[in-house]
Amino acid sequence: MTDFLGVVTTRHAYALFVLLSAIGLYMMIANENLVKKIIGLNMFQTGVFLFFVTSAYRIGGAAPVVVEGGSPYVSPLPQVIVLTAIVVGISLTAVGLALIIRLYSEYGTLRADALREVVGDE
Amino acid sequence: MSDALLPLLIALPLLAAIFPLLLGLRVDRAGWPVAMATSLVVAGLATRLAWAVSPWSGGGQRFVHDLAGYPAPYGIELVGDGLSAILALLIGVVAVAVVVYARTTGPDSNAFYSGYLLLVGGLLGMVLTGDLFNLFVFLEIVGLVSYALIASNDDGRAAYGALKYLFLGTTGASLYLIGVGYAFVATGTLNMLDMATELAALGYGDPMVQAAFGFILIGFMLKIAIFPLHTWQPDAYTYAPDTVSAFIAALVSTTAAYALIRIAYDVFTVDFFAANPLITDAVLIIASVSIVVGSLLALLQSDLKRVFAYSSVAQFGMILAAIGLQSETALFGAVIHLVGHGLMKATLFMGAGVLASAYGARTVADYAGLAKRAPITAGMMAVAGLALVGIPPSVGTLGKWFIALGAVEEGSWGVAAVIFLSTLLTLTYIGRLLEALYFTPAAEPDDADVAADTADALDTADSSVVADGGVDRVATERIIVVAVLALSTVALFAAADPLAAMLDPVFGRFFK
Repeated sequence: MTDFLGVVTTRHAYALFVLLSAIGLYMMIANENLVKKIIGLNMFQTGVFLFFVTSAYRIGGAAPVVVEGGSPYVSPLPQVIVLTAIVVGISLTAVGLALIIRLYSEYGTLRADALREVVGDE
Repeated sequence: MSDALLPLLIALPLLAAIFPLLLGLRVDRAGWPVAMATSLVVAGLATRLAWAVSPWSGGGQRFVHDLAGYPAPYGIELVGDGLSAILALLIGVVAVAVVVYARTTGPDSNAFYSGYLLLVGGLLGMVLTGDLFNLFVFLEIVGLVSYALIASNDDGRAAYGALKYLFLGTTGASLYLIGVGYAFVATGTLNMLDMATELAALGYGDPMVQAAFGFILIGFMLKIAIFPLHTWQPDAYTYAPDTVSAFIAALVSTTAAYALIRIAYDVFTVDFFAANPLITDAVLIIASVSIVVGSLLALLQSDLKRVFAYSSVAQFGMILAAIGLQSETALFGAVIHLVGHGLMKATLFMGAGVLASAYGARTVADYAGLAKRAPITAGMMAVAGLALVGIPPSVGTLGKWFIALGAVEEGSWGVAAVIFLSTLLTLTYIGRLLEALYFTPAAEPDDADVAADTADALDTADSSVVADGGVDRVATERIIVVAVLALSTVALFAAADPLAAMLDPVFGRFFK
């Protein structure tokens, strides 16, 4: 029990990462609305970003501008990774939404189940 | 000097991607010449790289370039060795073939050629990078451009296939990113070689390391399209324009599989597999299931592009099996099969594209009697198909032979049996195609006349080009490209020794 409490109080950000990613992934799979699928995908990716940002957190850490006898520094790499991944995520959202717009103008629906029927997907 | 080739190979197509759109503001058809010139230069540079890392040039056998001059664990490293040079050469060759093929087929827009060049740059980036996060960025560039190119068909179903691919492909890349994140948290580095030493110091039984590999493996299985994560692939390949199908089927999953080989053996190393028999067994079981189910699904399809798509699921299952076998022989087979599969699938998809635009043939039933009307294209598809089965002499034989040999050497009789079974299944679905092409009489009455005319002409080779090109004006160069690629799958049968010589230093490091 104390172990569980310890995890909740000190590792809550990691728990949040798992929760957020799982909810996003579930939403992408289970929701039939294409736009909501994209939102789920975004949530999944946001969970991953949260993991990277959390992993870089350091109590009392300073920005990595190295000076003589400086305090412990924070690794800038995870932040850079997240910035890049955000850019990638935005491009993916843009392409995904563009495809959805095209599907909507072609078939007049945003529902994946209706589309499956029209397209004849097995 | 040679290390400058590495950034050049990646930067050139990425920069050139601007020009089709930019020049397109002034000139109507600017895309094709730009794409052709760039592809030729890329193929030339890739050949130069392959020569430089080969044992015959007497140069170094591994080139490293630190981007922007930052040295390795801090900066991003580009690495060219025997393995990546072979893949870069494959990308260069297929890229040139695809541009030649695309001249008359299209998709005829400048945006297509911009996307195409971005894809070439992204693929080369995946092959040449020595940094795990950099690999993710290139993986996503490749993914994004693939979605856009697949959707460039007029058919609305293409957008549907592309969207499906987008959801699954992005999930795969994100899972890979989680895996890289775990490995990064465990080791504090992203450089592949640096991480290999850190992981070895950490111990391969560490749950963090195991989880990292698990996420990376699942992420790549989505990208490579291994059963049961293959569901995006048939739709994407079927509804994409013929040119794009050929290009993507030949290269995109191939580079993802290359990246998995690179990470499995260069970062996690063979010791990781030895320390985690459960993971190894899981890889082998998934791969075996993928081989069998992929082949069976291919057998059930009527649309030809779908047959080839499911066949890819089976072929990549074989490559995954080779990764799990931890045998040098099997891994050598996997690399040969990567190259061979790329060339064979390019031939088959391009051939299917020629027959589709000449005769509107899309299903196996449509192919009835087509060998008489289009002897060259049909013959070349037959050659590539038989190579896919593994009939010697062809590159398909080599790949399957070495993977099966590796399985036997390791005592994995199950995997060897599955490979043998898949060969029989491949023979059945390729046999169906050959039966339709050569032994089924054409259904329509007017076909008999065309066949009779061709027979009367007597000069088989010339008249067939005219017949292929004449009926519905299929440009001759498309047929030539199909023929050259098909014959290359046969010619590569002789390439086992040179390939082994090129891969020797790399495998020496993998299996030290």
